[in-house]
Amino acid sequence: MLRLVVRRLLQLIPTLLGLSVLLFLWLNRLPGGPASAILGERATEAEVARINRALGLDEPVHVQYWRFLKRIFELDLGTSVQTGQPVWDEFTRAFPATVELSVAAILIAVVLGIPMGYLAAKHRGGWLDVASVSGSLLGICIPVFFLAVLLRGIFSVQLQWFPSQGRLDSGLNATDVTGFAVLDGLLTGEFDASWNAIMHLILPAVALASIPLAVIVRMTRASVLEVLGEDYIRTAESKGLDKRVVRGRHVLRNALLPVITAVGLLTGSLLSGAVLTESVFDFGGLGSFIRTAIDGRDYPVLVGFILFIAMVYVIINLLVDLAYSIIDPRVRVH
Amino acid sequence: MTILTNKADKIDRLAELTQSSEAVTGTSLWREAFRRMRSSKMAIIGAAIIAAFVLVAIVGPMLAPHGPTAQNWRSEVFPNQGKFVGMRGENWFGLDHLGRDMFSRWLVGARQTLLVGVVSMLIGLIIGAAVGILSGAAATLGGKVGQRVDTVIMRVTDIMLSLPSLLLAVSIAAVLGQSLTTVMIAVGVVQIPIFARLLRGSMLVQGGADYVLAAKAVGIRRKRIVLTQILPNSLSPVIVQATLSLATAIIEAAALSYLGLGNPDPAVPEWGVMLSQAQRFFDNEPMMAAYPAIGIIITALGFTLLGEAMREALDPKLRG
Repeated sequence: MLRLVVRRLLQLIPTLLGLSVLLFLWLNRLPGGPASAILGERATEAEVARINRALGLDEPVHVQYWRFLKRIFELDLGTSVQTGQPVWDEFTRAFPATVELSVAAILIAVVLGIPMGYLAAKHRGGWLDVASVSGSLLGICIPVFFLAVLLRGIFSVQLQWFPSQGRLDSGLNATDVTGFAVLDGLLTGEFDASWNAIMHLILPAVALASIPLAVIVRMTRASVLEVLGEDYIRTAESKGLDKRVVRGRHVLRNALLPVITAVGLLTGSLLSGAVLTESVFDFGGLGSFIRTAIDGRDYPVLVGFILFIAMVYVIINLLVDLAYSIIDPRVRVH
Repeated sequence: MTILTNKADKIDRLAELTQSSEAVTGTSLWREAFRRMRSSKMAIIGAAIIAAFVLVAIVGPMLAPHGPTAQNWRSEVFPNQGKFVGMRGENWFGLDHLGRDMFSRWLVGARQTLLVGVVSMLIGLIIGAAVGILSGAAATLGGKVGQRVDTVIMRVTDIMLSLPSLLLAVSIAAVLGQSLTTVMIAVGVVQIPIFARLLRGSMLVQGGADYVLAAKAVGIRRKRIVLTQILPNSLSPVIVQATLSLATAIIEAAALSYLGLGNPDPAVPEWGVMLSQAQRFFDNEPMMAAYPAIGIIITALGFTLLGEAMREALDPKLRG
């Protein structure tokens, strides 16, 4: 197990290094370079030269890259052009909201998706199957932001069942402990705050869950179908095992392997989806933050964000691989 | 199992589909697939949607009753107040917040949307295929040096695949500025690694086939083997992916528009831009957003259905 972890960690190095090279080149190839991104288009040459010197952009490329890398290791992702705050601080402040939203979305997707996929496979060709397959196709084809706007329009503006924006009602005086609104309420005993946060979470999470849900339903269905056709299922059934045992130990356990991988790796698409949903609901996480950065062409924030997301993504990949090796002992050997 | 699996795995699975059924059935892969697709409801519905969409996109703008920017101030239009004039005699979809005929804009938008989808898919396809051919050829016939070239190329595509695609598109679009070309490039570049990995994968599968060995044995030049033998046999997954990519491209273009990176020119409305503009008025006038949204959803659905049906038709595992 330890060897596996170490090997996976070592494999991360070339990926992250490559990524840092790409981002470094990208940052340096900005039209007019970072100087004019900071100063705007009307900058004079003297000003550009001053900024370039200040940022060390007049030095050889490899020196610049080395410094770029060193800064990343020190978790110094630069300063936001718009707010003047260090990018890293802004991220760590906004990240809990995004995590909370993503976790809620994944929960919805898994809790609904796996049973739906399983039932669809079990009753292949029936109405449930047709409904869940076409539903999941539709789920992939609806632009996430439109779904978010639609849900908000129907359930918070028209029906007023849910709040339409933010993470907590503004009048609510909730104590901030971890940055996770729901958890904070539970920790401090302010259950009304938790409940309030959950109500705020539901609509964005449902919108965000649409794509993962669609993917999970389809994967579970395909995977269960494949397993149901295996010889060992016939064997298990013909030796008279209890149906529940066959279902739990033989079908689900084998069928869920690829689904688990998919769930973990859906994080990437979740994070992009979060950018869109959060800005519809003004949720205040990384997504809302990035939306402002895009509008303001805040390059340090964008570069930092991509690097940050890539790191998160890669780490989740690692965790998924490890989870996989616990469930499927065959993987461990290699 | 290595890291970065999901997208890569999916692509590799698709690449394996070139292992044709020739040995089994004796007919060509595509003829067999076509026969299976004719009986697939998914394929027929998908193809019908696409045909209708392409027809609207080509003919529609010519038939549009009004210009896309022609404004009608006579009636109850209040600029930017979100007052929406609903369906009526000459304006089938009503007028938008600036008094422009929604139906005409929708028709013109269909063409723009098709254009964005096709061009960005082609950007991804052409560059990705070039990279894939290079990598695949190097890996199968290039010897030791070739394999090293292949490894380097694949590492780079792995890195690109490791990023959430929308964010990659956003970062490209943010650099290039707001325009139609930007959207097409941004959405297209994201597709490059997918096509590259896919074509390389299916070329590797084909590279091990007996007919390649035979061609080598009779002394055909390597370049010729790649171009006339391996490549044509490796294309089917690429065609499937291209169809699916059209759906993704249209949705991602809409997302970029929503993030404020879409085409700002009002004379060439694209569904994504129309949708993101209608967003502001959604709470009062949902229909304004509904028209472009339905256009996007149905079109994306058409390409997804056809693509999935083709994938199923080509997959030997599902044959039977």
